[in-house]
Amino acid sequence: MTVESTAARKPRRSSKRTSAVKTPAKTSARTPQSSEPELVQLLTPEGERVEHPDYQIDLTAEELRGLYRDMVLTRRFDAEATALQRQGELGLWASLLGQEAAQIGSGRALRDDDYVFPTYREHGVAWCRGVDPTNLLGMFRGVNHGGWDPNTNNFHLYTIVIGSQTLHATGYAMGVAKDGADSAVIAYFGDGASSQGDVAESFTFSAVYNAPVVFFCQNNQWAISEPTEKQTRVPLYQRAQGFGFPGVRVDGNDVLACLAVTRSALERARRGEGPTLVEAFTYRMGAHTTSDDPTKYRADEERASWEAKDPILRLRTYLEKQQAADEAFFTALEEESEALGKRVREAVRAMPDPDRMAIFDHAYADGNPLVDEERAQFAAYQASFAEEGN
Amino acid sequence: MAMEKMSIAKALNESLRKALDTDPKVLIMGEDVGKLGGVFRITDGLQKDFGEDRVIDTPLAESGIVGTAIGLALRGYRPIVEIQFDGFVFPAYDQIVTQLAKMHARALGKIKLPVVVRIPYGGGIGAVEHHSESPEALFAHVAGLKVVSPSNASDAYWMMQQAVQSDDPIIFFEPKRRYWDKGEVETDSIPGPLHRASVARTGSDLTLVAYGPMVKVCLEAAAAAQEEGKSIEVLDLRSMSPIDFDTIQTSVEKTGRLVVVHEAPVFYGSGAEIAARITERCFYHLEAPVLRVGGYHAPYPPARLEDEYLPGLDRVLDAVDRSLAY
Ligand SMILES: Cc1ncc(C[n+]2csc(CCOP(=O)(O)OP(=O)(O)O)c2C)c(N)n1
Repeated sequence: MTVESTAARKPRRSSKRTSAVKTPAKTSARTPQSSEPELVQLLTPEGERVEHPDYQIDLTAEELRGLYRDMVLTRRFDAEATALQRQGELGLWASLLGQEAAQIGSGRALRDDDYVFPTYREHGVAWCRGVDPTNLLGMFRGVNHGGWDPNTNNFHLYTIVIGSQTLHATGYAMGVAKDGADSAVIAYFGDGASSQGDVAESFTFSAVYNAPVVFFCQNNQWAISEPTEKQTRVPLYQRAQGFGFPGVRVDGNDVLACLAVTRSALERARRGEGPTLVEAFTYRMGAHTTSDDPTKYRADEERASWEAKDPILRLRTYLEKQQAADEAFFTALEEESEALGKRVREAVRAMPDPDRMAIFDHAYADGNPLVDEERAQFAAYQASFAEEGN
Repeated sequence: MAMEKMSIAKALNESLRKALDTDPKVLIMGEDVGKLGGVFRITDGLQKDFGEDRVIDTPLAESGIVGTAIGLALRGYRPIVEIQFDGFVFPAYDQIVTQLAKMHARALGKIKLPVVVRIPYGGGIGAVEHHSESPEALFAHVAGLKVVSPSNASDAYWMMQQAVQSDDPIIFFEPKRRYWDKGEVETDSIPGPLHRASVARTGSDLTLVAYGPMVKVCLEAAAAAQEEGKSIEVLDLRSMSPIDFDTIQTSVEKTGRLVVVHEAPVFYGSGAEIAARITERCFYHLEAPVLRVGGYHAPYPPARLEDEYLPGLDRVLDAVDRSLAY
C-alpha cells in the first residue's frame, strides 16, 4: 500500500526545532603551558624582523600588505560569521580567531596546483584558495554539507570527523607522485587530532611511500576543553622523527615564518623528498565553537597573554615601522573589510533552505532503485499536504 | 518511596555519580568528560568529586578510548566510556565489534568485559553532519553486545545502573534531543530487567513500538489519534538487543496491528527485525502488515531538512491510518 491512497491532511503539529548544545556555567583555572620550545620566528610579537638561518624570506612591501590584507579580511569574515551565529542565522560557527597567521602564511605558500585537505576551521586557507567565503557558511547554516566543488580551487570539503582527512591527503599525494606531477598536498589538523589513529597511519603511509604531503598541525593549545598535554608528552613536531621525516615548530602567530616554513616543506615535497610535519604553535582565542564555553576550563589570563602575540597587530607594527603601508592603505582596508562583512551578512540571509527532495540527491552516483522508490513515496506524501492547500 | 523530578541529563549524571560512589572499580573515560563535564554536561561535577583517576579526560582518539577500556576491564575495572557524538563512534567501531563483543566468547567465558559505551545519538538538534545519526542497528547486529536506549529520566537513571552492573558490554544510546526533558525518577526501587520493554500507553486498536527519542513522538501520536477515536498502545522497547518480543507479541495479539518507529533508516533497520519476528509469531493475529516508519536510505541531511527526514507526528499518524485502513 502506498501513501497515495491515504487522505490528504494538514500537519497536525508543526515540529519545533530545539537549540543545540546547552551552555555551561562558571570556570576554573588551569596551569599555563609549561614551556614554549624553540620556534621558527621571523617577526617578533613586538613587530621586529629577525633572521633564522634555515628560513629566509624576502617580501616586497606589496606582498607584505597582501598578507596583512588577507589576515584582516579573514578575521572580519570570521567575526561576521560569529555574529551571524549569535543572530540565529547560523547553527554553529568554529572561529579561527588568533590563527590567521598560521592559515594565511601556509595558504599563501601554496601553488594553484597544490591540493588542500582542511579540517573545519580553515577559513583563512579557503580565502587563500579563492573559495568564496559565503560558500563556507552553508554547512554551518545547515543548508548543505559543504557547498563547493573541491576541484575548482583544489580545496577539499571541510572534514568534521577528526583526523580522517590526513589519510585522504596522503593518498592524494601518493597519486600525485604516481602521476609524476610536482604538485604538493597539504593536510590541516589540530593538536587534538594528533591523537587519532588515522593521523598516525597517515604519517606511516606518507613516510613509507615518500608521499609529497605537508602535515600542517595548528596547535592552538586546546581540543575543546583538553589542553595539548592531554594529547602528547613530547612537542608535537618531534613526533615526525619517529616516523622518519622532519618536523618543525613555527611561531603560528608569525605570518612570515609560517609562509617561509610551509614554502620550504612544500618545496621539499616537490623535490620528491617526502613528507614534513609543521607544527604551528598558536592559540585559539575564542571558544572551540559557538556551542562551547571556555570559561569552564581555561583561565582568562591565558587568552590575555596570547593577545599580546596577536598575529595581525605584529604585522601592522612592522608595516608601519617599515613604512610599507600608509594611512590610506589602512583606511581603504577598513572599508573593504566592512564591505566584506556586509556582503557575507546579506548572502547568508538570502541563502534559501534546500529543496526537500535534496534529501535523496547524490546518495549514489549511479542511482539506486530503493532511493528512487523512497523519493517517490516522499514526494507523494508531501503532495498530500499540498492538495489540502496547506 | 523517593520521587524526584529531573531531566534525562540529570538522571544520567546522578546515576553515574551513584555508580562511582558505590563501586571503586567504576571509571568514566572520554573526551572532555572532566572539567567540562562533557559537551552535554552529563558528567558535570564528577571529576571534581571523584578525581582525575576516576573520571579520565582521554586523548582525542576513540579507538584508543574503547581499546584501553577493554584492557582496564580485563584488569578488573568497570569503565564507562563516553563517545562524544554518534558519528564519532566509528574510529572505535573496530575495537567494539572485533574485540569488545567477542572476547568473552573467545575466552570460553573465562573473562568478562563490563564496559559501557555511552553514545549521545539521534537528530533534531540542528547540528552539522555526523552529529545526528542513529547507528544502533550496526551494533545490534553484532553478537556479544547489548544495545539499549532509555526514553525517559527514570529509565535513564535505572538502565545506567543496570548497564554498569552488567558483566556484558553495553552500548548505551542516549537520545540527545531529549536530554532536557524532565520526568519523575523513583530513586529507590529497581524497575524491570534491562531488556524488558515497557508499555508506555495502553490501547486496543494498534501497537506502536519505538525507543529512545521516538517514544515521545509516538505518545503524542497516540494522544492525537485518541481525539479521532483511535486507541493506540505504545511500547517503549528500551533494549534493541536483545529485543523483548514477548511484550510486543502480547500487545499485537490484543491489537492486531503493529507500526515500528525509529529515526534510523528503515532499510536493514531494527524495524525490519521486529516486523519479521512478529510476523512469524503473530501471523494469524495480524490484521495488517507490520509497517515501519523511519529514516530514508540517504545520508542524514543538513539541519534545515532534518524535520523532513525525521519521523514526526504526521508520518507516524499516516502509518497508523494506513494500517487501520486494511
Ligand atoms: C572522531 C571525532 N571525535 C570527536 C569529535 C568531536 N570534536 C570536534 S572538534 C574536537 C576537538 C578538536 O581539537 P583539535 O584537533 O585540537 O582541533 P581544534 O578544533 O582545536 O582546531 C572534538 C573532540 C570529532 N569531530 N571527531
